[in-house]
Amino acid sequence: MTQAGGSLRVSSKYLAYLVPLGAVGFALLVATIMLLALDASPIEGFRALFRGAFGSTDALIETSLKATPLLFVGVGITIAFRANVINIGGEGQMVAGGLLSTMAALWLPDMSAFIMLPTVLIMGFVGGAIWGFIPGYLKAYFGVNEILSTIMLNVVAVQLMNYLLRQPLIDPAEIERGTRIPQTERLQEGADLPLMFGSDRLHIGPLLAVLAAIAAYILLWRTPLGYRLRAVGQNPDASRYAGIPVKRTITLALTLSGALCGLAGAVLVFGSEGHRMVTDGSTAGFTGSAGFNGIVAALFGGLHPIFTIPASFLFGGLLVGGLSLQRAVQVPSALILALNGLVVIFVVSTDRYRQRLRDQDARRAALQTVESEPAGDRGGGDEP
Amino acid sequence: MADTPMMEMRAITKRFPGVLANDNVDFDVRAGEVHTLLGENGAGKSTLMKILYGLYQADEGEVLLDGEPVVIDSPTTAISHNIGMIHQHFMLVETLTVAENVALGLPSSKGAFTDLDVVSDHIVELGGKYGLDLDPSAVVWQLAVGQKQRVEILKALYREAHLLILDEPTAVLTPQEVDQLFGTLRQLTADGRGLIFISHKLHEVLALSDRITVLRQGRVTGHATPDGATRSSLAEMMVGREVKLAPDKPDVTVAEPALVVSGLEVYGDRGLVAVDDFSLEVRAGEILGIAGVSGNGQRELAEAIAGLRAVTKGSIEIAGTDVTNNRPIEVRDVGLAYVPEGRMKDGCIASFTVSENVLLVDHRESRFLNRGLFDFGAIREHSQGLVDEYSVKTPTLETPVRSLSGGNIQKLILARELEGTPTVLLASQPTRGVDIGAAEYIHERLVTQREEGTAILVISEDLDEVFGLSDRIAVMYEGQVMGIVDPATATREQVGLMMAGVRPELSP
Repeated sequence: MTQAGGSLRVSSKYLAYLVPLGAVGFALLVATIMLLALDASPIEGFRALFRGAFGSTDALIETSLKATPLLFVGVGITIAFRANVINIGGEGQMVAGGLLSTMAALWLPDMSAFIMLPTVLIMGFVGGAIWGFIPGYLKAYFGVNEILSTIMLNVVAVQLMNYLLRQPLIDPAEIERGTRIPQTERLQEGADLPLMFGSDRLHIGPLLAVLAAIAAYILLWRTPLGYRLRAVGQNPDASRYAGIPVKRTITLALTLSGALCGLAGAVLVFGSEGHRMVTDGSTAGFTGSAGFNGIVAALFGGLHPIFTIPASFLFGGLLVGGLSLQRAVQVPSALILALNGLVVIFVVSTDRYRQRLRDQDARRAALQTVESEPAGDRGGGDEP
Repeated sequence: MADTPMMEMRAITKRFPGVLANDNVDFDVRAGEVHTLLGENGAGKSTLMKILYGLYQADEGEVLLDGEPVVIDSPTTAISHNIGMIHQHFMLVETLTVAENVALGLPSSKGAFTDLDVVSDHIVELGGKYGLDLDPSAVVWQLAVGQKQRVEILKALYREAHLLILDEPTAVLTPQEVDQLFGTLRQLTADGRGLIFISHKLHEVLALSDRITVLRQGRVTGHATPDGATRSSLAEMMVGREVKLAPDKPDVTVAEPALVVSGLEVYGDRGLVAVDDFSLEVRAGEILGIAGVSGNGQRELAEAIAGLRAVTKGSIEIAGTDVTNNRPIEVRDVGLAYVPEGRMKDGCIASFTVSENVLLVDHRESRFLNRGLFDFGAIREHSQGLVDEYSVKTPTLETPVRSLSGGNIQKLILARELEGTPTVLLASQPTRGVDIGAAEYIHERLVTQREEGTAILVISEDLDEVFGLSDRIAVMYEGQVMGIVDPATATREQVGLMMAGVRPELSP
């Protein structure tokens, strides 16, 4: 019986992970209709999308770079969600991490990469952590809804960024030239993310993000701290009963979540082509909306850090390939935005179905228990 | 009694995926009798009654009313056939009056306008006849539990129910309220109505029934009448083997007080005093039972002792250490083990596996860690040991506990809490909703723990349990101790009166 239960569980789990792919399929189906309506060839369009995303070494590099902030944010979101805290503040936390690490690189004396790189990454981590700690503390100790507070802090972060990049942190050359683009000067070389595989584009960011995902997996399922995060997320009453400090754990969940988003911000700054922090006045001008798209990647990956790796890669590919699609069949760029939105809607709305599939093995086990011990009442005490 | 039963269910079979809920069950009720349906949770009682009330359809078999086969495809049909059901959980709109609740869903004699005056008159008339005193204009949320139940019965009678199904109607009542209810029920049968009584409180079953049918695993396993049956013989029919209703308790020399509660005041969720100047001592090696109707401060008392609820006055000492208003983990470190009332709410994490639930309290301990990471080998070994020792039936250690039976979850919680021999064990409703076999096992475990010198405080609404387990019984009413009695000399009636707030003249 044990073996049967095991194999059933595996098959349900496989199915559960196929659901997000099905959701993407549906999104592409709707996109096909839109392309047809625009008199563009869907086949040609999707071929361009795929080629642009995965069709060449350059495409794969571009996709990996696009996936990197998504993965950092997705892993951060996963940690928060596992503690039943919903973090919509990835954008603000990225900005906070980017700003703090930028200030470190600007104001600290030039140092070798061995010291500078870890320093700026830690500052990114700390910046995001501060921006996550605030809503975490407010939720845990004052019952402030974290969805509202994290969204509000996004707005605060972007205004802070606009001020800092326009005034104290602005590149002096921009003032001399009078162009006043809100950006810093080129940051010190010691903070540049090293390149990999002899490429002139591919830096170690994707590698760091994958390591972060693995670390988060170990944290959540192999350590007492991760156990407490998950316990508080699943049942705060039982956690309190068992002596787990629930409020502190909730605060920590959002702090850690923010810290990972902050790392995403730092990697964006030090992995950028200009090696500087730049914005166009909106949050997305710096983050490229990774703080929101990372949430989708996390849901896509079933809120599991390891599965968030391929999910981010796929979603990054969709973002990169979308541009190729647009160029190949000459459709308005709004279509690409719509395509991304469709994927989000389908992934989120099929999430419930995915959860149901994942619960199925538990229900099968329940039936087995009933069979093996028919006189027993079930957990809830209700009859079937 | 008439020869044709007023209701007869013949060869009822009902299957659910993977479960045979009713297997060829015959059951009938004659006019003027109480026919009890007895069985453990999951034995198929509720399924059978839901078929009779039209909530489920039988896969095989038929239902006859007054000898005529009928199809009952919905509760509406059941009501039109004069069948009424009193649910265990009240189906009342709290913000409406008694009369409005009774009239709810019925056509008015005044067309589009309400006819509450007519309804009220009829309620008063029915109430006078059957001892169901109620003010028709009273708002339901203001009523006591026993009164709410009367509204439920009135609802059924108002709809002219001749056959009444009572699903565990005594679960929330004091012994006195139970007596009152039984009085009403006897008047109803004297009037020629038929009653189906569902309960697992054996002495009530023996007191009220004319006939008893026992179900086990979906099948009828026995019939009995009260004069030919005893509590043990009924329990044996329910479980299928001999059961001990009260554990054997060897003599134990009691030692120093291990838990001392003095002058305790604790507020409840609604900001009212729930525990009021409460003092109590539990000595090492004794079981002190707290009897009382739920809602008299028992939950707040337990939570205050466990460090989960703030104490506003008084103190709590465990093994000589003052733990008043300490954090839960600190109270546990002093030696408290706590089996909480809410098994699924506080006692375990439903979605976590058996192993993970074993770790709930001890997950920080170094014996389960290897360089800061969980040592799954050690965890598995430890969990398997507890599962084996307490015979917790689970497919694997990786099974989420929500798919285990209530009895097995309770055994798992007990296993976790008793590990390492606690100084004080606080057990709230330790066997509520648990099958008889598991309850028997849990009682034996508590007695064993007593022999090992643990001071045990058992809070229970089940008087049989309190009498069977306790060395002393404290009765709690409105947050206070009404008195402490010796179970060897006290009677159920005495305790029942104290539960209703009557202070004994002399407390031994």
